[in-house]
Amino acid sequence: MKKTTPAYSTQDDFGKKKPLQLAFFKNPIRRWFPLFLGPVVIAFVIGFVWPFLQGIWLSLCKFKLISDAQFIGFGNYAKALADPAFRHAFWYTALFAVVSLVIINVLAFTVAYLLTQGIKGSNLYRTVFFMPNLIGGIVLGYIWSMIFDGILSHFGTSILLETKFGFWGLIILMCWQQIGYMMIIYIAGLQNVPGDMLEAAKIDGATKMQTLFKVTIPNVMPSITICMFLSLTNGFKLFDQNLALTGGQPFLIQAGGTTIKTTEMLALNIYNTFYGTNSASQGVAQAKAVIFFILVAGLGLAQLAYTRKREVQQ
Amino acid sequence: MKKNTLNAEKRRKTILSVVLAIICVIYVLPVAAVVINSFKLNTFVKTDTFALPTGEMWAGVQNFVKGMTFGNYPFYKSVLYSVVITLLSTFLILLCTSMAGWYIARVNSAFCKLIYFLCVFSMVVPFQMVMFTLSKTADKLHLNTPWTIPVVYLGFGAGLAIFMFVGFVKSIPHEIEEAAAIDGCGPLRTFFCVVVPMLKPTMISVGILEIMWVWNDYLLPVLVLDINEYRTIPIHIQYLKGSYGTVDLGATMALILLSIIPVIIFYLTCQKHIIKGVAAGAVKG
Repeated sequence: MKKTTPAYSTQDDFGKKKPLQLAFFKNPIRRWFPLFLGPVVIAFVIGFVWPFLQGIWLSLCKFKLISDAQFIGFGNYAKALADPAFRHAFWYTALFAVVSLVIINVLAFTVAYLLTQGIKGSNLYRTVFFMPNLIGGIVLGYIWSMIFDGILSHFGTSILLETKFGFWGLIILMCWQQIGYMMIIYIAGLQNVPGDMLEAAKIDGATKMQTLFKVTIPNVMPSITICMFLSLTNGFKLFDQNLALTGGQPFLIQAGGTTIKTTEMLALNIYNTFYGTNSASQGVAQAKAVIFFILVAGLGLAQLAYTRKREVQQ
Repeated sequence: MKKNTLNAEKRRKTILSVVLAIICVIYVLPVAAVVINSFKLNTFVKTDTFALPTGEMWAGVQNFVKGMTFGNYPFYKSVLYSVVITLLSTFLILLCTSMAGWYIARVNSAFCKLIYFLCVFSMVVPFQMVMFTLSKTADKLHLNTPWTIPVVYLGFGAGLAIFMFVGFVKSIPHEIEEAAAIDGCGPLRTFFCVVVPMLKPTMISVGILEIMWVWNDYLLPVLVLDINEYRTIPIHIQYLKGSYGTVDLGATMALILLSIIPVIIFYLTCQKHIIKGVAAGAVKG
């Protein structure tokens, strides 16, 4: 009979193999813990864990310096939610995020679709479209503020003078920066559409439009989901471009004496509440930051849940 | 009949190609505007933004010379600090997170799982949530110089890097490392001589993501560093605009041009890796 394996496995050489593997992966490497994991854990505690926990604690306190923090409960949150500037920033940001999501994704998908049709020079076009992504937000903001002011000065106005200019200016800027990025993700998705499916559609006599909507788009749904969530969270977290392009201008002074910076988005509002002229509001600023975190993290979790669900279905 | 459809197809592609070429030219225009205006006298930047710098508008290299010492802070210092911070941070992040990622993927203890979970969690936390407390902590620990700020970058940026390394290490078979162990390699030698060469593609992706992040980052260095002494390029450009009522736009454009030239050269030389790395970072598992 050929059942020699039991006899063979009792041999010393083979018997030793398992303990050796265990010895390597369970014991000696664990002793190297300080070297392998230590630096990251220390830096991670300094750079993330401790500031995060302290941030949550401080949002419940009244303080000027961290050392004089006094617990006051949820007063900061009430003040933050009652702040008209914060509420304005929230709606402005939400509107911006949704509008930029639609425009960026439609354009990026169109460009990606055209670039996967086998046109000459596709690589060159791809290179050019992706390029703005590497330029930093502050620099982008100043490049575009020069361009917009160059155009608007002919009409005797400026991007800093009207809210709608600031809004659409920022949309154009974000399109210029983000289309290339989303395009790359869409191209990867489009290249994974099974070729035989497209061929079958062609043989069955489907028109180009039918093929696009009935075959191609359902097959790139995962890429579409990723890009939609990415542009939504990018829109919510936007800071550098907002600061550099308009910095919140024009300002609107309300009857009650409060100033609303009409093009100020959430992240910039939090920054201004922390480091603005009114330094007594740092607790409120930290409370705003926690609200902001819950919003952004909620979007992230929604994305995770949604993609998980789709994976199960497929 | 068939020839006709083929011709139509060919014509359609040519038209598309031309349309895309036109869009491409429009896409490059903003950068072209920067180049044009960096050679233009300040007074004409606002009125004749899109005109070529000819005749009386021509400023020569005057804007560049002026920009170098503009705003009471020499520009070369900003470049130097930006380079130092970017290179040190990227090196530190790659070294530490690849080691940690390997350890977490191979030793599956409860503590490792906790660290991994925290890393994934940190990816959804916006910087504004921790910026105030982080800058105070960094101040207290004297991490506020270009030589120590990489520790802060390592801490705040570890999440994505560890996530990517753990994901990759789990996909490579551990028999190779076992073989190295049987041949007498200690964990350290196994890691550097056996694992690191296999990690190379992920190293490139993570490295490019970190370089792009740190080089362009404005808020973290402006809050952590002592601004009067250390300025990175984004801080320098922001302070030029922010601190003066009337700004010399010509000189600002000259500095912007100088700051995007290295980025574009970097992009054109490692374009393939950059696009791959960015796509890898976007999909995040």
